[in-house]
Amino acid sequence: MTGPESPRKPELVCPAGTPAALRTAVDAGADAIYCGLANETNARNFAGLNFSPESLAQSIAYAHQRNVHVLLAVNSFATAPRTQMWKDSVDVAARIGADAVIVADIGVAAYVAEKYPDMRLHLSVQAGASSPEAIRYYCEQFGVKRVVLPRILTVAEISAIHRQIPCEIEAFVFGNIGMMSEGRCSLTNYATGISTNMHGVCSPASAVQYVRRPDGSTSAELGPFDIDCYSADESTGYPTICKGRYTNVSRPDPYYAFEEPVTLNLSSLLPDLMNAGVTALKIEGRQRSRSYVQMVVSAFRRAVDDISAGRQPDLGGLAQLSEGGKETQGAFKTKKWR
Amino acid sequence: MAAASLTMGPILFHWPEQQKRDFWFRIADEAPVDTVYLGEVVCSKRTPFFDHSLEAVAERLQRGGKRVIWSTLAEVVSKLDRKVIESFCGFDEVEANDVSALYFLKGRPHRIGQYLNVYNEETIRHLAGNGASHFCLPVELPLSTVSELARAARETNAGIEVQVFGKVSLALSARCYHARAHGRTKDNCLFVCENDPDGLDLKTHSGKPFLSVNGIQTLSEKYLNLSSEIAGLQAAGVSAFRLSPHSSDMVEIASAYRQLLDGAISAGELDARLDAVGVPAQRMNGFVHAQPGFAYVANRP
Repeated sequence: MTGPESPRKPELVCPAGTPAALRTAVDAGADAIYCGLANETNARNFAGLNFSPESLAQSIAYAHQRNVHVLLAVNSFATAPRTQMWKDSVDVAARIGADAVIVADIGVAAYVAEKYPDMRLHLSVQAGASSPEAIRYYCEQFGVKRVVLPRILTVAEISAIHRQIPCEIEAFVFGNIGMMSEGRCSLTNYATGISTNMHGVCSPASAVQYVRRPDGSTSAELGPFDIDCYSADESTGYPTICKGRYTNVSRPDPYYAFEEPVTLNLSSLLPDLMNAGVTALKIEGRQRSRSYVQMVVSAFRRAVDDISAGRQPDLGGLAQLSEGGKETQGAFKTKKWR
Repeated sequence: MAAASLTMGPILFHWPEQQKRDFWFRIADEAPVDTVYLGEVVCSKRTPFFDHSLEAVAERLQRGGKRVIWSTLAEVVSKLDRKVIESFCGFDEVEANDVSALYFLKGRPHRIGQYLNVYNEETIRHLAGNGASHFCLPVELPLSTVSELARAARETNAGIEVQVFGKVSLALSARCYHARAHGRTKDNCLFVCENDPDGLDLKTHSGKPFLSVNGIQTLSEKYLNLSSEIAGLQAAGVSAFRLSPHSSDMVEIASAYRQLLDGAISAGELDARLDAVGVPAQRMNGFVHAQPGFAYVANRP
């Protein structure tokens, strides 16, 4: 998939939650689109989102006519006794000609490697492979061609990993940033009984409630837990456990114990990431609207083209798309984030 | 059905060296557990504090008739993490908690820890094919999944272990939340996690106990207690039951679970003994019932 492109010009990998978003991302300049089937086999299993096998086949045709690849995420964890559902999703990808499958589960990876040895295999961020040894294991055992790195590494660490692994690197550059290591978080299941790993959902809308308190404040609840509480003059946020405010014995005023609601924006680190040996830049947001996808994808398209051509990129427009307007470079810039 | 084995998991918290030594010595001499897991699972920065006690502790445990397994770090990011993993994989009997360890262990017998994502029979088969002989399952699995995995494990003669007591690990992160709570970062944490022998509890705005922070790890605030589920788990093919160490009297807790496994006391009697040693009364068992993890499902057999 790297094809004839020089390593200096990375592939732009963009999200699509619907066929319309997919066409939008293709038209806005994506090199590849990633998406999932409308079931529990992918990590963005939200109501009204994702593809049927038929709509995926049509979307792949649309993308391929424009030389854009389509990657199918089958990246939740196949859960016995429902394992067959994940195998079926892989079969769909093979049947309708997806350009790669993105998997996290060892069992699913083993199934792909055994049944479809020629299918291109990407290791999902959900696999949490954060060291050269872990990545090499997946490459040796299953023939993984690309790893999507967890969002817990600095650019310097990414660069070091690049030199020690036999596969390509895909790195997140923009979008929602979870605070917990991907694929290793059962917080949603603890509060709601719906599991991120087993059902592909973080903070399901069906478990969310906003409750108006007598003092005019609004509490945002997930299951029975108030994840945050907003005074009348604050705008309310979505209750995601790792972005809530809590107290502890020495901090009686609620604080962001894990992270504030912020958006990852690595646009200013793009040149560094490209120099670190990153093959593909990934934009998060399969749950986002078409207009969001259009704006983010075209902004990054211009930026990547500008940097590759030695021009100064302009990324001013991206800030307004950030969650609550706040941005972070997360783990990528400095170890002090940890 | 083979005799159920009782195990003591790794100490998750940053107890002072002396406390850890005393803990393991007492377990070695007094606790009716078959297997113990030694090693720092959460934070490689803590490892130097206990390095020179490891040998003495392992020796004493073995003299006490315990099988000693070395449990690896659950998350590998830094150079130090990688070094620690590699050196741990040099021990005879190792439990892998991250795929990084599998890279070193493949081809020889080893165990799979509860931090590795084992959710289906294909994963069991793959890992068993590379030498895995025992699986401690992730904490969030419902009984229906545990049963299927136990069946797959039996086909490869592997053991299946499930945690039955203690706070459960819900998430790992690159960031240290203990340091953050004190306005520090992971690199200059000054080991503030040492102040909280059972984790730093977080409450919601309305004062509801919720989670517990242990360095980069987020645990449940509630203690898991599967006293009423053990019989069902045994029937499903679970062969080993893990207690996760806390500052409460773990020898007494181990004795109670041992007696429960032997049919000498009831689940109700075990619960009363947990009360007696001061284990917080609000307990959880939801995951195994396919309910929210924090929930307690009344299930008296």
